[in-house]
Amino acid sequence: MSAREKILASLRQSLEGTQPLADPFDASLVDKPWRYCPAERVTRLKELMTAVHSEVHLTRSAEWPQLLHELLTQRQINRLLTAPSTTHGQAFSAYCQIQDSSLKLLAYDRPIEEWKRELFDDVPASFTGTLAGIAATGTLVVQPSPAEPRLMSLVPPLHIALLKASQIYDNLYQAQQAWPRPMPSNLLLISGPSKTADIEQVLAYGAHGPKDLIVLLVEDA
Amino acid sequence: MSSQRIHTLDVTAQNLKSNARLSLKDQQLRTNMRSAMDSLISKRLISMPDEDERENLRELGNKIKASALSQLPDLLEQLESNLTKQGIQVHWASTTEEANAIVLNIAQARNAKQVIKGKSMVSEEMAMNEHLTEHGIEALESDMGEYIIQLDNEKPTHIIMPAIHKNAQQVGKLFESRLALPYTDDVDSLIQSARSILREKFFQADIGISGVNFAVAETGTLLLVENEGNGRMSTTVPPVHIAVTGIEKVVANLQDTVPLLSLLTRSALGQGITTYVNMISAPRQPDELDGPEEVHLVLLDNGRSQAFADSELRQTLNCIRCGACMNHCPVYTRIGGQAYGTVYPGPIGKIISPHLLGLENTPDHPSASSLCGACGEVCPVKIPIPALLRRLREENVKSPKQQPQIMAGQGSRYSNKEALLWKGWQAFNTKPLLYKTGTFLATRLGQFTPSKLGAWTQNHSAPKPAKRSLHELAKKHLEKKS
Repeated sequence: MSAREKILASLRQSLEGTQPLADPFDASLVDKPWRYCPAERVTRLKELMTAVHSEVHLTRSAEWPQLLHELLTQRQINRLLTAPSTTHGQAFSAYCQIQDSSLKLLAYDRPIEEWKRELFDDVPASFTGTLAGIAATGTLVVQPSPAEPRLMSLVPPLHIALLKASQIYDNLYQAQQAWPRPMPSNLLLISGPSKTADIEQVLAYGAHGPKDLIVLLVEDA
Repeated sequence: MSSQRIHTLDVTAQNLKSNARLSLKDQQLRTNMRSAMDSLISKRLISMPDEDERENLRELGNKIKASALSQLPDLLEQLESNLTKQGIQVHWASTTEEANAIVLNIAQARNAKQVIKGKSMVSEEMAMNEHLTEHGIEALESDMGEYIIQLDNEKPTHIIMPAIHKNAQQVGKLFESRLALPYTDDVDSLIQSARSILREKFFQADIGISGVNFAVAETGTLLLVENEGNGRMSTTVPPVHIAVTGIEKVVANLQDTVPLLSLLTRSALGQGITTYVNMISAPRQPDELDGPEEVHLVLLDNGRSQAFADSELRQTLNCIRCGACMNHCPVYTRIGGQAYGTVYPGPIGKIISPHLLGLENTPDHPSASSLCGACGEVCPVKIPIPALLRRLREENVKSPKQQPQIMAGQGSRYSNKEALLWKGWQAFNTKPLLYKTGTFLATRLGQFTPSKLGAWTQNHSAPKPAKRSLHELAKKHLEKKS
């Protein structure tokens, strides 16, 4: 008998004569305690994300490209990984052209195997969109895609994410209702830059992922 | 320095008592543990200030797990079928040997030389690192805490914070001696050193290994919770990802993960959510540019089906591995995790390890508890840990021959003498003549009770029987009344 058959047979034997218990899920317990009005959603998300070392900038659709450019200049970052096929990627690239910026925009346009060394060593920052935000926990929902692959929000030391205020849900339960089905190959909740408290519970940021996370929160979108 | 480390302990589960004595003398360990546990206790409470919200959610968490277990075989099949459809290969293992063989096969098929690991307690159960190393494959831990203890050839002391028994000076000296780095006790510098070493290892690794926090049957999703990003690295950078998990980690629906996640991260670390929640439902798709080409899930039994067979002991499998029971345990806080000699220490370790290893290998675990009840009160899925400890104590002293045999190693603490003594006690209390004679003699000869009664009188004064038994007093009282 295979391990599979053995395990399933043993479990079935133990359940003989019993009925499955009814689904006990009660949405009100995970939804009601975590509801906010639209203005509160923005302030709560900002407050919680700032508390875990993220920078949240409130901005507007017409202004964020300039803000992003300024933030990068302040940090003396001259290379940015963007997704040229996305609307936000195009908007920023257009802004850089008009400004005749010296910032070099890199694209994740080939399989990781072909440029792993460069991604690990020579990409100081990345800029991605987000699927949604969650006010209750101060969280970004990020869905990696062919345009913005999984490692884009993980390997570069600085991750900048664009979030529309209208996409902020009250809580995880509500956000989950809007997720694509079937589930995408990878879906991420990101609530700050990477961190650890494994030594003496002293909090240190930049454990294995980004050391910094900047959220551009677009209030009129 | 070596006197401050406790891996001089004979780390087998058989020696809990002698390990505990050694650990109690280790002042550094006790200071480190006390301050860490105090901080975790207060963080949990701060993150769950509303008692109604907390208690309702614990009740829901309990019911979700109970409902999942009540249809476990069906959910496992549903999970397998959905994962397979989505391109994730599912393997089953009854024992840790089988699980290790599965992992090794995958590694050898890919000609893998280097494996990088995210945190996984099931891989600790398997002693996977040792197994892979024996076959010439480097297995390196990447969780900061796990990396530190692997450098020191130790075992995790806590399921969430494996290196919590060490302070920054100890870690600094370890990095100095093992990694030839200049000594520092600055936590940021220590973490940055480990980061740069491990980044290169993620880069090189042929295979990434991880655990699973929740496996969702409905959508075929593996959900992983972490703060560091090493879990995402391990499951995304190498061309192959192998997830290993116990069969009890499956839940029915995606929405079930909402309350369970909230309970898990708040109970464990007092965090409303961890930095990353990583939901994996498929390997790299044809149009995707990164992610593993192959994803495998190994479902491990290793004694869980034994706990499952008994409806009371089955509750052990509710566990979502938050560690709150150990953080609140007066025994664990004083002796640390390594003294238990088991992968899972503390209260949850005492009720799960006997199923994984047999009572004969964990003879003292069920009784290493004052039954103060703190573990049961904080458990986010309401496992009645004290009741289960008492149940295991019963199994531990049953005659090894008594049928039905519920636990492997039943009766490891059985003694003829004790059984006889209880038989005598039973007779004494059920035969009126014997009882009356006995109490008459005890009350009349009470003055001859010795003042030294072995271990008892080390800390207590010797008991003195009353001059008259309660029966006699009651009888006299009633006579007087009439």
